[in-house]
Amino acid sequence: MKERYDIIVVGGGPGGLWAAKHAAERGASVLVLEKDREIGIPVRCAEGVSEDGIKSVIDLREHWIAVRIRGAKLVAPNGTEVVSYPDDSGFILHRELFEKDLASMVSECGGEIATKAYVCGLLIDDRSIHGVRVLHLGKEYKIKCSVVIGADGVESRVGRWAGLNTRTSVECMASCVQMRLTGIEVDPEVVEFYFGKDVAPEGYLWVFPKGQNSANVGLGMSGKYPKKKRPISYLEEFIRRKYKKYSILNIITGGVPLIPTMKEIVSDGLMLVGDAAHQANPMSGGGIVNAMIAGRIAGKVAAEAVKEGDVSRKRLSIYQREWYKAEGKNNEISYKIKRVIDRFSDSDLNKIADTLLQIPPEKRSALRIFKVALLRHPKLMIEAAKVFI
Amino acid sequence: MSKVIIDINRCDFCGACVAVCSEDAIELRESDIAIDTKKCILCGECRDVCPIGAVEIL
Repeated sequence: MKERYDIIVVGGGPGGLWAAKHAAERGASVLVLEKDREIGIPVRCAEGVSEDGIKSVIDLREHWIAVRIRGAKLVAPNGTEVVSYPDDSGFILHRELFEKDLASMVSECGGEIATKAYVCGLLIDDRSIHGVRVLHLGKEYKIKCSVVIGADGVESRVGRWAGLNTRTSVECMASCVQMRLTGIEVDPEVVEFYFGKDVAPEGYLWVFPKGQNSANVGLGMSGKYPKKKRPISYLEEFIRRKYKKYSILNIITGGVPLIPTMKEIVSDGLMLVGDAAHQANPMSGGGIVNAMIAGRIAGKVAAEAVKEGDVSRKRLSIYQREWYKAEGKNNEISYKIKRVIDRFSDSDLNKIADTLLQIPPEKRSALRIFKVALLRHPKLMIEAAKVFI
Repeated sequence: MSKVIIDINRCDFCGACVAVCSEDAIELRESDIAIDTKKCILCGECRDVCPIGAVEIL
């Protein structure tokens, strides 16, 4: 580590690494600081991405792909199954391998990465940020820079230290738990989603295959429910019901902010990327592609701003505007749809499933499902109107 | 006086509690988590949101 860089990225996940890569390839000197001991570990993620989404940010490499997904099975609270085979397929990634390759790409562009590097504060003078304090292998260092990119995840504190309001309310935080199961029967081409208040209240449970006989089985639910019954209890009950035999390879927990992107994701000398900026899709909770879209824009804007010698909030806010156009606006719509779905009772969801069975499987896209559900069920339309109008 | 206790044998260090804390009172590292008792207002939201029930107020 040197004493000074143009740009310091806090957090070595997909958003931070992609920001670093796009800044470094424009000639900026870049350092990525990752608090954990290894890039890509732990995988705190269901690892699913849509084909269109991931291909919009990177050229896919075959060894990142665990399985290719061709269909989705939605399961209503009463057990009614709706299978759809939409045009857009998806992938379940080996996220550890994926992230390690992203790190290599950063390095190939001249960026540096340090692991076991915990950022414990910002260097701030007269409200302007000019570096970070980092604990690395038992020593504290002060490293100077022109721009700090906070890609420090759901637990982000970089934004708070810079005076941005990054807090997520308990209601809007998805409280998640996932187990990697092996020795189970699973269709390796189909992702499964289960809905209902007894499965995952104001959320859903997923089964994402990782191969012929293993899957990421997890759930996320609104943070207002766990105090009554924890996500881990819901998941254990589901797994015991669903699988006769299985072995558990890992258990991970997580939080995902299911809200539109924060109003302010830049400040003087500071930008936030990924979960730190609340950029995951509020309906699906998917965050890999969104973080990389944001990282690409943030890295480019940061490098250009450094070159021009103007890292003011005003200059960096180009990133905020471009993010809004690229994905931020979509996230606002997804958030509204999520709030409508949250209002559906189990019997509403059962009725929707029955209606969907009448649409040909190849036409069951997410948006169409939503539209048909509302058009055929006037009561649900009223619930939707309460959110959209 | 009551205080927040995190059972680090159960905690997975995911950060969900850090994100909902209104007081920036939780410090999370790779496999270590600490509550700043001077900042903590005992609101209990960290306990409520925990996916695995690792947080208690005693």
